[in-house]
Amino acid sequence: MTPTSSQARPPTARRPPTAGLCLALTAVLAASVVAGVALGPVGIGFGDVLRFLAAALTGGTLDAAEAGPYRIVWDIRLPRVLLAAVVGAGLSAVGVAIQAMVRNALADPYVLGISSGASVGATAVVTTGLFASLGIYALSTAAFLAALAAMGLVYVVTGRDLTPLRLVLTGTAMAYGFSAVAMLLVFQSPRGEAARAAMFWLLGSLGGVTWTSLPIAAAVTAAGIAYLLTRAKHLNALSMGDETATTLGIDVSRTRKALFGVTAAMTGVLVAVSGAVGFVGLMLPHLVRLVVGADHRKVLAVAPLAGACFLIWVDVAARLLAAPEELPLGVITAALGVPCFILLMRRRGYVFGGR
Amino acid sequence: MDVRLDDLRVDGILRGVDLHAPDREVHGIVGPNGSGKSTTLRCVYRALRPSGGAVLLDGRDIAGARVRDTAEHLAALTQDSHVEFDFTVTEVVAMGRLPHRGSPEDDEEVVAEALSRVDAAHLAHRGFLSLSGGERQRVLIARALAQRPKVLVLDEPTNHLDINHQLAVLSLVRGLGVTVLAVLHDLNLAAAHCDRLHVLDGGRVVRSGTPEEVLTPEVLHEVFRVRAHVVRHPTSGVPQLLFEHRESTP
Repeated sequence: MTPTSSQARPPTARRPPTAGLCLALTAVLAASVVAGVALGPVGIGFGDVLRFLAAALTGGTLDAAEAGPYRIVWDIRLPRVLLAAVVGAGLSAVGVAIQAMVRNALADPYVLGISSGASVGATAVVTTGLFASLGIYALSTAAFLAALAAMGLVYVVTGRDLTPLRLVLTGTAMAYGFSAVAMLLVFQSPRGEAARAAMFWLLGSLGGVTWTSLPIAAAVTAAGIAYLLTRAKHLNALSMGDETATTLGIDVSRTRKALFGVTAAMTGVLVAVSGAVGFVGLMLPHLVRLVVGADHRKVLAVAPLAGACFLIWVDVAARLLAAPEELPLGVITAALGVPCFILLMRRRGYVFGGR
Repeated sequence: MDVRLDDLRVDGILRGVDLHAPDREVHGIVGPNGSGKSTTLRCVYRALRPSGGAVLLDGRDIAGARVRDTAEHLAALTQDSHVEFDFTVTEVVAMGRLPHRGSPEDDEEVVAEALSRVDAAHLAHRGFLSLSGGERQRVLIARALAQRPKVLVLDEPTNHLDINHQLAVLSLVRGLGVTVLAVLHDLNLAAAHCDRLHVLDGGRVVRSGTPEEVLTPEVLHEVFRVRAHVVRHPTSGVPQLLFEHRESTP
């Protein structure tokens, strides 16, 4: 993985200009949204999708005969595709930030134990019928509350200063603890179906998404990414080591606490709406670094767009590959991501964590 | 900028370090392993909060200033440089501009100049992780220079450098016209390049003065437990040490 000599990589890395790349990705994202809406067990023409969307946005009129497809586009597919974009963007950005914050190339949004905490809440709902009065929101609510509790617990256990190693070790240890609780809930459950439902949730799914879950997730993700972008230079400094960051004028402890709060809140919300979609938050940051380099001002601008496109297509695959059954997103992210990742890594002589 | 360490204490390591480096002087800190050299520097560049005493820049205690305000005047080469992602050399050096609010064009110029001063302009577009140890060290020194500091704190700046670059870096540092506080392992380099030396032993300064005053056979025997002869450098006249082979260890 490490180049043994300086000849292993070209002296001048060819890197596309970031602004152009963002523009291109925005176009790809728009096209992906339309394609994501059009593709599914019931195919709908691209032209029809555009017409329906225009009608919905401008208040135009449609034939009564088109009410069925329109419902599919507007009520079922569009919120789902948009949420896929939000989750992909959010997980990618959080992955970038956490890898820099704990200075570990193997870190991902779930390394802090937040998602395992959320899974305790979600499995409690699935197996015990907790929060039944909340109806379809029971799962998200319980997952989010459990994520918050996990975040608090990890923060308290890690102690006064959130040094990278302590944070990762605490997060990992707590994650095992939370997973144990979740598994215990599943195995103690009298309902055989519970194990399958809990497993499906854990691997991530956007099935049954409605417009109501979108605004909060989108707002939190957008605000979080905006915050991270303002901290891009700090993340650069933090990746050089705490002492170096201090000499560059960064209040390391305060910066890391703020980053922990923001990334944990984002992770909690994203996991609550989509389950724990794996691999995106680990892989997308590295893919983006391969293309634009390590500067977080560039990585954080490109990663959310790339992640959004990626997860839209993952969700399309989840809908289509085994239709009418749906596959969990985590299965597809791994199936797509692993080979693509290995290929890029081998071709460009990418350096993970150096040395 | 005037640097003063006043009775600096760190539990179990520093037992009251007093040291004064007036504006624009180059001061070396020498001492055996574990004597508290790096710990002293870490207190100066604020990676460590001393348990007692103070670090004063122009008479003001840095503990009362924001980390960022300190970084405007004080740059450091630390020992923890551990880069996890493959930044380019230019990106690494540009981080030195972080405490300043300069325009991007000015910053670019400062970065290019810093790189050429350490003889690393040709590395500008290389990945930092692809560099050799000595090249990395020079790039990190360039980053400290890019900070345009009034005080430069260097923890073993000659680490990994070949002899040519050791001499080049130390004379560069001398020529900057800023206050320098450096931990140096090589006593001959320290004698040749520092205005004054401070010998640390057991967490306190046991001797301070010009290289001539400090690097005596007695001090070397007492503190480093080696026998040495002091000779004059034939051209510069600075004291240089010749060590005697030791038959037995104490």
